[in-house]
Amino acid sequence: MERLILRVTTKIFFAPIILFALYVQFHGDYGPGGGFQAGVIFAVAFILHAFCFGLDETKKVLPQRALLVAMVVGVLFYAGTGVATMLLGGNLLGYDQIDPESTHHAGQHYGILLVEWGVGVTVATTMLTIFYHFTGREPDIDQEDW
Amino acid sequence: MTSYHFNVSPILLVDLSLLTMLLLVAVAMLRSRHLFAVVMLSGIYSLLSAAFFVSLDAVDVAFTEAAVGAGVSTVLMLAGMLLTARREKPLEPRRVPIARLAVFATGAALIYATIDMPAFGDPNAPANSYVGQAYVEETPGDIAVPNIVTAVLASYRGFDTLGETLVIFTAGLAVILLLGVGSARGGREVSDIDEEET
Repeated sequence: MERLILRVTTKIFFAPIILFALYVQFHGDYGPGGGFQAGVIFAVAFILHAFCFGLDETKKVLPQRALLVAMVVGVLFYAGTGVATMLLGGNLLGYDQIDPESTHHAGQHYGILLVEWGVGVTVATTMLTIFYHFTGREPDIDQEDW
Repeated sequence: MTSYHFNVSPILLVDLSLLTMLLLVAVAMLRSRHLFAVVMLSGIYSLLSAAFFVSLDAVDVAFTEAAVGAGVSTVLMLAGMLLTARREKPLEPRRVPIARLAVFATGAALIYATIDMPAFGDPNAPANSYVGQAYVEETPGDIAVPNIVTAVLASYRGFDTLGETLVIFTAGLAVILLLGVGSARGGREVSDIDEEET
């Protein structure tokens, strides 16, 4: 079997990388990080998978069509949060309207989490889309070609 | 200066060594014609600048630089190299070095401008007063989120970030339109080599 050590390492690291991406995603209010970084880390896990097992195997896990849908959903999720606060009677992206009774700005927390989720989904799927399209054009590359 | 005693702190040494390494990597990138080496060096450059941002206490920026600059950018550059040549064409020396003159003039102007810049950590610097100070003072009362960077990014400037998200979305859309002829639906395979040969 080719590149055995790489394959085993990828299998071990895949889940922790996703877990770390989720930690960065939802911990952005309290520490460094947020949707942008989390999205990139999430995409990196799948790029690593594609490097070791081939792009076709990764496309079985995460097909391009699903990425396309998620890309649009991410942007609409962000914009939708803004529209939702408008429908609740506030400004665009005025998160305090989500929970106006709160004394510790819970609405802001919810709003930031929702918006960051939209950013994370968009960034992750866009990075993977670009990667899929760049690497998916030529079947394989020889070691000597580098 | 009243005191002539020069105190060399460990932080200063770290900063100096990081900046020296940044300079060396940049020169190595300029001199190399091998694109694979250039891409790898640019990844190292990003990682070094991320370390430098940490020493400037800008952990959010450092995190982004490490994840985006050193991680995904390097991978995307390598993926882009699949579609192009592996080596840069050697430059032919020109009689009139316009490019070199322009670079040196701009560089000299930028170095001259640094004389007017406020010292690092100056409380009266524009970055630390006005709106920056307002964010630091108002965030605990307005947003109640411990990370001020997140409060600015997602709440105070939420509309800005919506625009940024749209920019990333547009980039993905442009790549799909330019490179993805039918590939999203499993259409015909596209190859640049065949097109060049015919």
